[in-house]
Amino acid sequence: MSTTTLQPGRLGPGDVAAAAPLPDIMPPVKARKGFIGFLRRNPTIAIGGGLMLLIIAIAIFAPLLWTTDPTALAPARRTREPSAMYWFGTDMLGRDVYSRVLYGARVSLTVGFSVAFFSSLIGLTIGLTSGFIRWADAIVMRIMDGLMSIPSILLAIALMALTRGSVGNVILAITIAEVPRVSRLVRGVVLSLREQPYVDAAVASGTTTPRIIFRHILPNTLAPLTVQATYICASAMIAESILSFIGAGTPPIIPSWGNIMAEGRALWQVKPYIVFFPAIFLSLTVLAVNLLGDGLRDALDPRMAKRV
Amino acid sequence: MSATLTPPKPILQVDDLKKHFPLRGGLLGGVTGHVYAVDGISFEIAKGETLSLVGESGCGKSTVGKAVLRLFDITAGQVVLDGTRIDTLPQSTLRPMRRRVQVVFQDPFSSLNPRMRVKDILAEPIRNFGLAKNNADLDRRLAELMDTVRLPRDAITRWPHEFSGGQRQRIGIARALAAEPDLIICDEAVSALDVSVKAQIVNLLQDLQKELGLALLFISHDLAIVEHMTHRVAVMYLGKIVEVAPRRSLFAAPKHPYTQALLSAVPVPQPGAARQRIILKGDVPSPINPPSGCRFHTRCPYVFDRCRVDEPLLKPTSPAHTAACHLHDLPPEQNPLSADASPLI
Amino acid sequence: MAETPLLDVRNLQTHFRTPDGINRAVDGLSFHVNAGETVAIVGESGCGKSVTSMSILRLIPEPPGKIAGEIVFNGRDLLKLSDKEMRAIRGNDVSMIFQEPMTSLNPVLTVGRQIGETLRLHQGLNAQQAEAKAVEMLKLVGIPAPERRVKEYPHQLSGGMRQRVMIAMALACNPKLLIADEPTTALDVTIQAQILDLMRDLKHRVGAAIVLITHDLGVVAEVAERVIVMYAGRKVEEAPVKELFNDPKHPYTQGLLGAVPKLGSSLDGSTERLAEIPGLVPSLKQRIDGCVFAGRCPKVTDLCRAVAPALEPKAPNHVAACHYAEKELLAA
Repeated sequence: MSTTTLQPGRLGPGDVAAAAPLPDIMPPVKARKGFIGFLRRNPTIAIGGGLMLLIIAIAIFAPLLWTTDPTALAPARRTREPSAMYWFGTDMLGRDVYSRVLYGARVSLTVGFSVAFFSSLIGLTIGLTSGFIRWADAIVMRIMDGLMSIPSILLAIALMALTRGSVGNVILAITIAEVPRVSRLVRGVVLSLREQPYVDAAVASGTTTPRIIFRHILPNTLAPLTVQATYICASAMIAESILSFIGAGTPPIIPSWGNIMAEGRALWQVKPYIVFFPAIFLSLTVLAVNLLGDGLRDALDPRMAKRV
Repeated sequence: MSATLTPPKPILQVDDLKKHFPLRGGLLGGVTGHVYAVDGISFEIAKGETLSLVGESGCGKSTVGKAVLRLFDITAGQVVLDGTRIDTLPQSTLRPMRRRVQVVFQDPFSSLNPRMRVKDILAEPIRNFGLAKNNADLDRRLAELMDTVRLPRDAITRWPHEFSGGQRQRIGIARALAAEPDLIICDEAVSALDVSVKAQIVNLLQDLQKELGLALLFISHDLAIVEHMTHRVAVMYLGKIVEVAPRRSLFAAPKHPYTQALLSAVPVPQPGAARQRIILKGDVPSPINPPSGCRFHTRCPYVFDRCRVDEPLLKPTSPAHTAACHLHDLPPEQNPLSADASPLI
Repeated sequence: MAETPLLDVRNLQTHFRTPDGINRAVDGLSFHVNAGETVAIVGESGCGKSVTSMSILRLIPEPPGKIAGEIVFNGRDLLKLSDKEMRAIRGNDVSMIFQEPMTSLNPVLTVGRQIGETLRLHQGLNAQQAEAKAVEMLKLVGIPAPERRVKEYPHQLSGGMRQRVMIAMALACNPKLLIADEPTTALDVTIQAQILDLMRDLKHRVGAAIVLITHDLGVVAEVAERVIVMYAGRKVEEAPVKELFNDPKHPYTQGLLGAVPKLGSSLDGSTERLAEIPGLVPSLKQRIDGCVFAGRCPKVTDLCRAVAPALEPKAPNHVAACHYAEKELLAA
């Protein structure tokens, strides 16, 4: 392309004054489409999701990962330090800590995912109802306020005290404790969506209320709900560990990270590794879920992620 | 002027409409006051006519639109659509009436559901009102709607976020047209758009009105656009209509001091245009506690004692032109609004 | 020949890194502002006018943004200053008024504190002096009962009052240059008239140069002396205000002026159809080889699509970037 700028005002009919093209001031962006592009644009999701997949794989394939029976007692080999034989050492009953931690991932993930799923489902129902039915709103939300005034972990402990320890009951107790938070979130989202012009336009075009709820409101609550679900998943895994740690959760026969830490507690000054390894796994898992949640929030709500 | 002849039967008649929003507060959520958003207004729109409702933010013009759409129940008054009173109809009998009044909103982004394709957005009113005989008929109607608003037919499978602001506004108009209405309420329908796109949409609305014989209730704060679009204008201030007049009459000789100030305040794209400008003092008072007497008396340059106590009513100053101002009860030589002096000339 | 300009922007480029390409928000913009002059930059959303104003004050986050070119203010290139030197200029020699007065004021500080803040920072006043100056500034911008208002919080003020406070803050340190980014767009028309009136009045009394960023041609006509029209990150035309409105040379400016309905059109019977500019603003994430307006121009030719036109003088003090706008021969 010609960059010669002719003298202004001296142009004949065939001459052209071209602007000198300017170079870009930054290296070109390799715009990638598809899944890889998505991960490149959302590194938090890539890291959080990757770590999460790794932990899920560990939980599923625990039997294939050079583990032994996590409940097999061997009093003769108790409290061994970590070694080539016992990677994470053994506890005071001689059980292999490595195997127990890997199998423990199953409990944590089951509890985390189940609580996230059920509390979202219940919270969504309650939130949609109270967001749309005025009289129900007043009653339901006062009950939720009451529940929220009790710290959720205390509520879960109290509920566990009423029943016997089992993974199912732990899920139930933590779900009940988490539902108020989800309901409030969904109700808030529903109330703000109801004010959206597209909902008014739908009413004006004769759309019935159930259809408005299911076509216009519900799909738009799913993004914030998904983000909230990841945070609930993380907090449920912590709650499960706390319940197990204080002996109010998963029965001691099932290895869970809380149980392992509870059992190692007495020895933690002399044999810290018994507490250390499950604690690391718990922290990493919670970190993975939270990263995933943050990444999803940014990806699903572009207004929060500051991009030009 | 031949306004004394029998006017065509109005498609919409609004009589003494009031909408007061309760203010809740305190521990038990009791009512602590009211926002007098719309406080007794009346107007009518003839078939195929454009009536503009103008005023500044908070004057209640959008509330009027929503009341006509019956997006909420009104406090008092009545809304009559083509002879049927719709403000008291139960939901079941109201639904078929809804088809006849549709709406186009201001914000092209929040007025389309981001999780529905254009096809589904446009099909919704058609299905709701049973306007299509079968799927083939539905598809034909959808294609026609896209043609009507000058969008490519194949764009119908796309999502709202794939369109620009002006294109979204076209989709919004297509949705309103899908119900085959008699009246469209344009609530600041072009205010959020850029100048060049605004002109496209204004022209489209005018073309559609001519082609389809639609009546428009054009709610706007932009007087230049209003003047371009409208047949008649109603000026609102703090929940009341202060002046109603045919376009030419209003812009040539406004008969209310507020209208006069409003017209003089609009910046004109003509450098060095010598205009006398009336700059109003202060701000619009709160609609929670509106001033006594004439609501405009706190800012009016011509205020006198009567204005503070006595509320002026809309009275004709000429056959088709009404204004609510005590100045017109004064002898003409004392009335600064008696001369036909437009602030625009 | 000419005086040294107060602000001289040369070949300004502000680009942003985005996931799907480089957004060339401003691409090669040059203009100058003389002391005490009011220059308006007009254009539609996405034309780069706001990015330009943010670039002058170096308020562009880097990354993802990057600024190149020269911004010479008072003989110094602002792009070469350290962050500390730049802070000493912002709010002092160059200040800014934003569109949204509510979000640009801090809700938890009194109005007096916020005006006083810049004074204490830049002029080393103590608390009493700063408050006295704040009262004086509020009086200057026409706020009634300034002694009382100075102790109030932003939420106690109306929208118009807040914009006056913003102007008082911006003028507190006697800036040489005031950048006003859509200062009246969020306001109602009667309040807008008050603020425009105030700006005109203050201009005579304070003497600061003003860069007015707006999309409203009516505001431009009322306030500006010289106008720069931007489109797709570039300047397409520049002229004194009367000349631009009476004799626009670039097809985009012509289209823009034709698309604005004029108040009073029903009186002179000129309510014909508004002129449309068909089509859409081009994406700035692709390089545009030819004229930026080629895709929407009614007079487009192959030449326009291939070769970007240079800004050329079309009349005295009047430049436009169009191959076909009439060329006025300069006196040899």
